[in-house]
Amino acid sequence: MRLEYFLLIDRIAELNLDDRTIRTDATVPDKSTIFEGHFPGYPLMPGVLLIETMAQTSGWLIIALTKFTRMPFFAAVKEAKLRSFVTPGQTLSVSASMKHEGSGYAMTSAEIRHDGKVVCNAELTFRLVEFPSPDFRTSMEKVAEEIQFPMAEALAHG
Amino acid sequence: MSSTFDTVANIISETCDIEREKITPESHAIDDLGIDSLDFLDIAFAIDKAFGIKLPLEQWTQEVNDGKASTEQYFVLKNLTARIDELIAAKSAPA
Repeated sequence: MRLEYFLLIDRIAELNLDDRTIRTDATVPDKSTIFEGHFPGYPLMPGVLLIETMAQTSGWLIIALTKFTRMPFFAAVKEAKLRSFVTPGQTLSVSASMKHEGSGYAMTSAEIRHDGKVVCNAELTFRLVEFPSPDFRTSMEKVAEEIQFPMAEALAHG
Repeated sequence: MSSTFDTVANIISETCDIEREKITPESHAIDDLGIDSLDFLDIAFAIDKAFGIKLPLEQWTQEVNDGKASTEQYFVLKNLTARIDELIAAKSAPA
């Protein structure tokens, strides 16, 4: 995770386009100014950032399934459950599956595990739109490369 | 067997917490029932699932934005249900 850049996943570990599932790895940094306030002397990963981590993981699944033609924008979160504390230095496994791919929107189910135990889960909704500009798409392609997004596999699928 | 309209009206009533009696075939989902685009995604999801179709929301939105269609064509419920029936028929038609 690079919290200061709002990049909450480190790499795509698995992408199964037939099953419409994805798994990403994310390690909570040991230090961040966020932990100075949340909370002083008792650092905890904010739940909203865990939800965003699930959203970013879901987003890469959607980008793969739409062959990099649509940008998913986070629109709604339901049934979010923050089941246990997540602390600095913990390694997280984030997974998401496509629940429904509609026209112009998609819904996913996502969860985060630490040491095999579910620490949070939620149902997420996204609006899918064309990339707002070529520069925007280029910036997303750079992030894709950074997190080992399997571009060739995604573009060749189905 | 309930009609397409009844199914859609029940979905809207349950999804948006609108009294069922207030939902008529003449109701405009946006202007009369106050449903916004985000709530409509939940309705679209339930309709897609209920009828095994995929409402072409992207196409409809584009047509409205381009001035090629009015919102009434898609969001007055009697028109919406007619579109749904067309999609169901197209799905059932032999290839």
